Amino acid sequence: MRRSLLFIPGNNPAMLRNSDVFESDAVIYDLEDAVSVTEKDAARELVSGFLNCAGALPMEVIVRINGLDTEYFSADLEAVVSDKIDSVMLPKASAAYLAELDFLLTEQEKKKGLKKRINVVPIVELASSVLQIDEIVKCPRVNGVLLGAEDLSGDIEVMRTKKGNEILYPRMKLAYACAAYKIDAIDTPFTDVNDGAGLEEDCRFVANLGFNAKAAIHPNQVPVINSIFVPAQKSIEWALRVQEAARQASLKGLGVFSLDGKMVDKPVILRAENIIKKARKYNLI
Amino acid sequence: MKNVLQRTVPEGFKAFAGSNAYKNFKRRTIAEKHTGKGFISLKSVSDMFDKLGIKDGMTLSFHHHLRNGDFVLNMVAEEIKRRGLKNMKLAPSSIFPNNKILVELIENGNVTDIYTDYANGPVAEAISKGKLKGLCVMHTHGGRPLAIESGDLHIDVAILAVPAVDKEGNGTGTAGNSACGSLGYAVSDLKYADKVVLVTDTIIDKAENPQLEGKYVDYVLKVDAIGDPSGIVSGTTKITKDPVGLKIARDAAKLLDELGMIKDGLSMQTGAGGTSLAVAYYVREFMLEKGIKGSFASGGITGYFTDMLEEGLFDELYDVQCFDLKAVQSIGKNKAHHAMSGSRYANPYDDNVVDKLDFVILGATEIDLDFNVNVTTDSHGTIMGGSGGHSDTAHGAKITVITTNLVKSRLPIIKEKVTTITTPGEDVDVLVTERGIAVNPRRKDLLEKLQGSKLPIVPIEQLLETAHKITGVPEKPEFSDKPVGVVVYRDGTVIDTIYKVR
Repeated sequence: MRRSLLFIPGNNPAMLRNSDVFESDAVIYDLEDAVSVTEKDAARELVSGFLNCAGALPMEVIVRINGLDTEYFSADLEAVVSDKIDSVMLPKASAAYLAELDFLLTEQEKKKGLKKRINVVPIVELASSVLQIDEIVKCPRVNGVLLGAEDLSGDIEVMRTKKGNEILYPRMKLAYACAAYKIDAIDTPFTDVNDGAGLEEDCRFVANLGFNAKAAIHPNQVPVINSIFVPAQKSIEWALRVQEAARQASLKGLGVFSLDGKMVDKPVILRAENIIKKARKYNLI
Repeated sequence: MKNVLQRTVPEGFKAFAGSNAYKNFKRRTIAEKHTGKGFISLKSVSDMFDKLGIKDGMTLSFHHHLRNGDFVLNMVAEEIKRRGLKNMKLAPSSIFPNNKILVELIENGNVTDIYTDYANGPVAEAISKGKLKGLCVMHTHGGRPLAIESGDLHIDVAILAVPAVDKEGNGTGTAGNSACGSLGYAVSDLKYADKVVLVTDTIIDKAENPQLEGKYVDYVLKVDAIGDPSGIVSGTTKITKDPVGLKIARDAAKLLDELGMIKDGLSMQTGAGGTSLAVAYYVREFMLEKGIKGSFASGGITGYFTDMLEEGLFDELYDVQCFDLKAVQSIGKNKAHHAMSGSRYANPYDDNVVDKLDFVILGATEIDLDFNVNVTTDSHGTIMGGSGGHSDTAHGAKITVITTNLVKSRLPIIKEKVTTITTPGEDVDVLVTERGIAVNPRRKDLLEKLQGSKLPIVPIEQLLETAHKITGVPEKPEFSDKPVGVVVYRDGTVIDTIYKVR
């Protein structure tokens, strides 16, 4: 369960060093779009060296490697797969690429004797990937999917807007597919780093669509994202009241009961339990 | 001789004995000097030297309200050089990089002693290299008025840059081409110097509520320009955009909230650094959210605080120095924005404002395991700042919060012992870094209030260990045993000695 995933350029030593202080649930060390072709080798070595030197990091560690269709993919995978990372982020994902990645990761894990299984976060950023979302969410190791709206809008040749009407369909499709398989639906970054109000509005919008997380391209976006992808205080209070009422009802042998004049049954109780679980995870109660 | 912090005190100085030791002594003041007969107009800087008989060995004082845009100290320095005067003592309340002409005067023995609250740039470097014949005596903003009013720092001539002077010799900082707002640091010089010269480029008919009263003024010198307005506004008054600085600021504001400090009637001060100002931003957010109104903010005032005043978040501002043009405009028109003198601000024996502060947010160049703070020298021992109001506000405020990155320029900010003590650890309560918050164990009351807090509160030793994991343990710099300056605590005692750098 993630709320925020912060991209950190893999070729920036100062940002790598401070990447663990911004309270994002995950950090994505980026070897792909944030790194120019002339810096690919240096970034790969830097990220790998940093992860080897860093102690235990307090957040999920993800590395965005270059895509399977690039000349950098193999070297990236070889360099970064270790017990120091939790997940690999795969750009321009498709079901076929994810199957190949699963095979290669299994090889790497065996070869290096990893004590953990590496997860995969695919990026859906091609029209063809959008049409495959139902398959992508079922792929092995996938525990969240990121929508990549910048590349996607390029692929379908539309202008990106702050309102985001042009990505409404993939957003809704991705949210439902992820919900169906209980994995994270991660929204595309909000690219105007100086527009805090716009970021907040965007987060609220996608949270209502069913997204539970959003990627950030600047550390200053993390607190806003973290504050929105958590249950609101009123929801937490409601959930606690439902939980207590359910406990009382259960003592009386009732499965359905009324609270504030509204019927409460199993689905409502489950929703309340989810809210409480999330609130506990993020220290809100 | 060693002081209570085991730092060496040179011969002829009193040793620091604790931040409350001043309470054992009574205030000493020399008589204020009134001219009572109006002022004499001077024709030029040279005429000023002639008429006042400025000669070898005299002490001349200045203020630093024109900051890095000041022309007046440099004009006087040029004249000292031209006349070949020797053994002059200068007492500018601060020294900035644009005062680099003083380096030559120091090297040639024209200037042999300096009294200041802050020094940055070539002059500071020259002092650190041991070029000044005497010692650089570094006061605090509250200690300087105390030294002047007690006669410990005797001023022969105060040469005060004033943006506008009226026909009765009253001086104001709110008008003129080089308007700088409050002239708080000039007030003690005005009242207690043997002779007072106001240097201005603007003569007006009548100054409204002049901060410098004409009854103390002996001479007025009109020049073409007293300063460069572009250098007067501080370059350090913007809220940081650095995400690490913002994280520190957010945590500091959360901490203050958890300590119950963000409440109706609160009084606060921040330094002018970007992170300190960002704390004000987050405190403002809490105030707006909770509908809280503060009583006052004080110190060097920035546009950020004048906005808060106009929003109704504070009843009053007490301003010893305006840091930006917005603050200058505000002090001229908003009756709740008060100019105050350096003495009213922070003189330990005055009815001072710092003692009424609930909390202050300050920076640090170094902080040690005893919470002593250095803002005077860098880790190599070169002078690059000074207390200013650091140790004054740290002593006065109920809670003193230091905000700083744990590592700056690959150096850990926490040391086992700071290179130079500016502010004693007994007055420093909390350190907020991006990798954790340390509370001074002396403040058991704060630790108790923070029990159960979700903030990352850790012992300062743990933060040092974390810093060393990132940077390694730095080698200790070597210093010579030749003193080049003393850090004088606000009560006039020496808290530390500054040594020549190798």
